[in-house]
Amino acid sequence: MSQETIIIGLAGVLASASPLIFAVIGETLSERAGVINLSMNGTILLSAMGGFAVAYNTDNIILGFLAGMLIGALVALIVAFASITLQQSQVAVGFVLALTCRDLAYFLGNDYMGVPGPRLQAAPIPVLGDIPILGPLFFRHDVITYISFIAIFLAWLWIFRTRPGLMLQGIGEKPAAAYIRGANVNLMRYVYTIVGGALIGLTGPAFSLATRAGWMGTISGLDGFGWIALSITIFGGWNPVRGAFGAYLFAFLQWLGLVLQPVLTQVPSQVLQVAPFPLMILTLLLVNIGNAEWVERTLAAMPESARKIFSKILRAMRASPPAALGVPFEPD
Amino acid sequence: MIKNRLGNLAYQLVALLLAFGVVSLILISVDASPSEAYKNIFKGSFGEMRKFAEVLVAFVPLLLVTAGLLVTFSSGLWNIGVEGQVVLGAIATTWVYRLLLESGLPPVAIITLAILGGMVGGAIWAALAGILKVFGGVNEIFGGLGLNFVATALTIYLIFGPWKRPGVASMSGTVPFPDEFSLPLWAGLRISPWALVIALAGVVFVYFLLQGTYFGLRLKAVGKNFRAAYLLGIPTWQYSMYSFLICGALAGAAGAVQVAAVYHRLIPSISSGYGYLGLMVAMLINYQALWAVPVALFFAALNIGSIQLPIIMKLDSSLSGVLQGVLVLFVLLAAGVRQKFGRKS
Repeated sequence: MSQETIIIGLAGVLASASPLIFAVIGETLSERAGVINLSMNGTILLSAMGGFAVAYNTDNIILGFLAGMLIGALVALIVAFASITLQQSQVAVGFVLALTCRDLAYFLGNDYMGVPGPRLQAAPIPVLGDIPILGPLFFRHDVITYISFIAIFLAWLWIFRTRPGLMLQGIGEKPAAAYIRGANVNLMRYVYTIVGGALIGLTGPAFSLATRAGWMGTISGLDGFGWIALSITIFGGWNPVRGAFGAYLFAFLQWLGLVLQPVLTQVPSQVLQVAPFPLMILTLLLVNIGNAEWVERTLAAMPESARKIFSKILRAMRASPPAALGVPFEPD
Repeated sequence: MIKNRLGNLAYQLVALLLAFGVVSLILISVDASPSEAYKNIFKGSFGEMRKFAEVLVAFVPLLLVTAGLLVTFSSGLWNIGVEGQVVLGAIATTWVYRLLLESGLPPVAIITLAILGGMVGGAIWAALAGILKVFGGVNEIFGGLGLNFVATALTIYLIFGPWKRPGVASMSGTVPFPDEFSLPLWAGLRISPWALVIALAGVVFVYFLLQGTYFGLRLKAVGKNFRAAYLLGIPTWQYSMYSFLICGALAGAAGAVQVAAVYHRLIPSISSGYGYLGLMVAMLINYQALWAVPVALFFAALNIGSIQLPIIMKLDSSLSGVLQGVLVLFVLLAAGVRQKFGRKS
């Protein structure tokens, strides 16, 4: 393979991961505040269909993206209302919405099946795009991919380097303490769930108006991405940068599957497409295993030197969810 | 107590009406007549014997999956991997068939072994999710979802790889086995009475397990309060594993029936989403085994009835999923409103 094909391939990996990046950041914000938005798989499909339909009917791509964000925000509002105000199980409500929104997308999208529609064009950045290697890799994408790069950085900055971000960490870890310091915990949870939902809603149009332009109903191949994004959020340890790395890794593995196909002819293509999933389970295992009780016991029984090494490795991989994730908060 | 029950029923009726209201609005928004759509769904499911038999064909796996999920829900587990457990049941059943078809054993023995094999297959897949949960600290939702994808990939690999049809492999599945090796059907219909017996036996088993045994009581204790159950000396992680195994075996039976009574081969979409639909049924009936039968029948009827929609009204059949989902959503919301309202008064 020539160097040029590899660079084009890797640039494609960066672009095809961009929809997932929005979903992962959105879910990260929501879960950081203590709310699991399990509806993601349905939200992505519904916003992909809705965003495409709006862009098609208005002939305005920006309106399509905004429609996707609105859909994501509305679905998140239902999750927030059911879990924060009504204190119902977040998992139950999110799961029901995941299925319902998916079916709603297929039902309402019936008329848009296979219709050629608008598509976001590549917008190479002058000067920067001409730098050898880095240019084609980072600066010849469409606008939504550039926005995904910026979003990773901004989300990281917000969570770890600002005062409101510190408060966000507080309402997910120790809501009672944050409340005493003057945070309106439930209001903030509403805000972050809805903002996170809007970001998840950006994922759909990022598919249907850019990387996988068009709406093809059940054969759009978008069903499942929401569940993947959910796994990547955990893999990322609720950190946008690590999450983005997970999304790129996933896209890279899928690309690798395509590239290796001519070599591994006896393996059906559908199998290579799902190759990242066993790896995903494995990484989830590595990330979580440090939290298991028997590991702690085994570590405690080890000789001093071995324990130091093993606990260091485990701690480097480990990711613990926000302590109050999924737990309702009552101020009084 | 009775007043409480009535109040509960009233809230659920309101939820049902709201669900139909919302779905009617969705239908009106695409210029379709709601009454005509509901009429077609009803005619397509209960209109004639042949169609009702199709409803029962869908009812069997749905009921088995729901019965299994009642066990995992009782022990506080969200076994979303049930979808993959159905798939592995189907794979294991097909595997047993392939091993034994030429063996000369009587068909009855082969069918029985194939279905038992399916139950073992489902249980093994559930045990994987359980091991990930208990020993790996991986939440059963995420482990289960990953395993679902792997199960689908495994099906496709087998159909296009080692088990492919002579000549060219295709999405139509593996080679069908001869009719005498399938569960016998009612004359002229596609439903096997034996499949119905298996499904009903499954739900009765779960009902008595949860209501009438010490095991069920302990299981529920683990589900209600894991820590307290542990302190009381219940071997908590073992009970989590048992409930995974039981649910996996019942889901595996659902997959086995799909192969042994419906398709007579392994096809790529062998589970058709019955696992996820079973989760919805279990939530809707608020985890009470007695209600599993009517609600699973209702959901199966919606699924089969909506097949008419694309043919007659040019609407997508996913309307049934929308109706089911909106219904469960309103029931959950109504329960929340009721709890909040009740606490204040």
